[in-house]
Amino acid sequence: MSCGCCVDNKAQELNKIIAKYKDTRGALIPVLHEAQDLYGYLPMSVQKKIAEGLNVSLADVYGVVTFYTQFSINPKGKYKINVCLGTACYVKGAGEIFEKLSEILKIKNGECTEDGLFSLDACRCVGACGLAPVIMINDDVYGRLTADDIPGIIQKYIDMESEAN
Amino acid sequence: MVYRSHVLICNGTGCTASKAPEIMTRLEKELAAKGIEKEVKIVKTGCFGLCEKGPILVIYPEGATYCHVRPDDVEEIVNEHLVKGRIVKRLLLGDKDAEDVAKSLENVGFFNRQVRVALRNCGVINPESIEEYIARDGYAALAKALTEMTPSQVIDEIKKSGLRGRGGGGFPTGLKWQFAAQEVNDIKYVCCNADEGDPGAFMDRSILEGDPHSVIEAMAIAGYAIGSNQGYIYVRAEYPIAVQRLNIAISQAKEYGLLGNNIFGTDFSFDLEIRLGAGAFVCGEETALMTSIEGKRGEPRTRPPFPAVKGLWEKPTILNNVETYANIPVILLKGADWFRSIGTEKSKGTKVFAVGGKINNTGLVEIPMGMTLREVIYDIGGGIPKGKKFKAAQTGGPSGGCIPASHIDVPIDYDNLIELGSMMGSGGLIVMDEDTCMVDIAKFFLEFTVDESCGKCPPCRIGTKRMHEILDRITSGKGEEGDIEKLEILAESIKQGALCGLGQTAPNPVLSTLRYFRDEYEAHVKEKRCPAGVCKAMLKYTIIPDKCKGCSLCSRKCPVNAISGEVKKPYVIDQSKCIKCGVCMDTCKFAAIEKK
Repeated sequence: MSCGCCVDNKAQELNKIIAKYKDTRGALIPVLHEAQDLYGYLPMSVQKKIAEGLNVSLADVYGVVTFYTQFSINPKGKYKINVCLGTACYVKGAGEIFEKLSEILKIKNGECTEDGLFSLDACRCVGACGLAPVIMINDDVYGRLTADDIPGIIQKYIDMESEAN
Repeated sequence: MVYRSHVLICNGTGCTASKAPEIMTRLEKELAAKGIEKEVKIVKTGCFGLCEKGPILVIYPEGATYCHVRPDDVEEIVNEHLVKGRIVKRLLLGDKDAEDVAKSLENVGFFNRQVRVALRNCGVINPESIEEYIARDGYAALAKALTEMTPSQVIDEIKKSGLRGRGGGGFPTGLKWQFAAQEVNDIKYVCCNADEGDPGAFMDRSILEGDPHSVIEAMAIAGYAIGSNQGYIYVRAEYPIAVQRLNIAISQAKEYGLLGNNIFGTDFSFDLEIRLGAGAFVCGEETALMTSIEGKRGEPRTRPPFPAVKGLWEKPTILNNVETYANIPVILLKGADWFRSIGTEKSKGTKVFAVGGKINNTGLVEIPMGMTLREVIYDIGGGIPKGKKFKAAQTGGPSGGCIPASHIDVPIDYDNLIELGSMMGSGGLIVMDEDTCMVDIAKFFLEFTVDESCGKCPPCRIGTKRMHEILDRITSGKGEEGDIEKLEILAESIKQGALCGLGQTAPNPVLSTLRYFRDEYEAHVKEKRCPAGVCKAMLKYTIIPDKCKGCSLCSRKCPVNAISGEVKKPYVIDQSKCIKCGVCMDTCKFAAIEKK
């Protein structure tokens, strides 16, 4: 993101998203979803552009962003870890899984590791209760876990990363 | 094209996570290697329900159901079953030696006790193919409604069926439609609540993933009945596969002229749009959901006016949940009388439950109303793992409550559950055994409601927070005399004062656990003891001198050096240093450490 051109590309993409929804009623939430897919999170500058583009106040945009847990105003890790804390997972020990992850990555709920690789969030039921307890890393679901499985899973991503470099 | 065999593979979220896509790829490769790829058709289906045994693969015409299939098993299945016609017995689900494999499931309680109405097509058809839905009488109910029935006849039929909302409250669906139909307005809306936020419930997700057309068809029928031309499906963003299949289904329906202008050549037109949620539990409440579709913070508002009068964008609106809609086409085709023949006096039809927690067969089951909890847990669910004792079942999620073992034989229907202090909710059923602490579970649900309270009304915003603080105190061994009574007073005021259903029902998990497990609360407060051994702060690890061999292993493993002693003599744990991590208990080879 150091070169100016990709920033400009994203700004153009954002304009396209806003234009696509401009005449749709109730457009704000779909626009925020797509903008977050584009940027990974919703920094203030992006919220301002959306407010101007859709002709709503920045307060409304900020209000919506902070209301819904899926929208984030902080950057997330390259690998977003979501630990399901739904009832079925909780009863089957999801709390221990969460603690283990927090211990290994040395981050708390909602935080991101210093190298930007992992972020850790507790999330609502992902509906894979048959496999409880469950975590999601980006779009991949890992089920039937015990705390002992966690180091291996994290290591897999670290290895993948060092191979890529 | 005629195929000699059909291989059905579950592609629900559960089986996808258990490597179903890899199995599909391997299957395609193996079939091609044997040159029989044109004789065998692979069908991607929705959920079979028994997620615990996934991935599940069924081969027809034999009807062989294979479970726990691994990618490495594929070669054997192709070689043995599809090439040589020999069943791979070791992978069969149920009776592995049944003479007729199609009958191997006959004695499997999980399947033979179910009545599948809402889930009729899940695991049977490819959800991405409209032809397969049509082949199963799909869109025939819409055709019947549009060409043979008047809108009021449709409403009468639904009313007569006795169908009640499957999303929580259990309001009669036909009546809701009638209220909206009575309103005179050019613009009305039909909404579908697919914001299944109740933790532990995933029947709506399975229907959307396994049979999306049934919901689309039902919404069009509802549109015809109330006089609406526009529908919205509000889906959780946490369900990417469901969203994708809905999108495919909507575009197929448009292509076939089953959505759009002049459906079946009549002057009825209907269009559908999907709106994604963004992670707010309160948006499952009807007024909050509509505010969210409007693009605002999903906060509820007071009722009346009810949505049937003033809903989305202030227009008359009906809102039903996914499972309710899935029942509609069948009711119109088979008739209200058929539907009424299933169930109990005041609760007709079936209900889908997501059975989870401490139970052997976790998964999705559809049962006739009136079945007892015992049948669900033992006959269908296969009982509690490790032979533990059943303690309670939680239904209705954060708005519901617990049904204790003493009421295990009560028939499940809307009214019985409410009488027991719980509710049907959307159908999550979490089984708990003797190792579950009921105070801890109540705290878990309160934590959820505190987090998900939208903050609009003070009883919910402040009241649930105070209740959570008290529960936190009790579970960390700092409970005070009078705490239980304070919980009760707060619970009553929140029930009476909160604005929406979420707030009004938020105290239920506490009230219902207090009703049946008051002694557990009292043990926490008065004796500073957690009977189930869950609440860490009250646990005490001690070394049984008679069993300790003095090997010193635990003292070396203890992260805070709380264990000391002399080799070959019993060691002692210094309680003031102990952080109750349990490492000593895990490392001891002589079972000399006990937890109380």
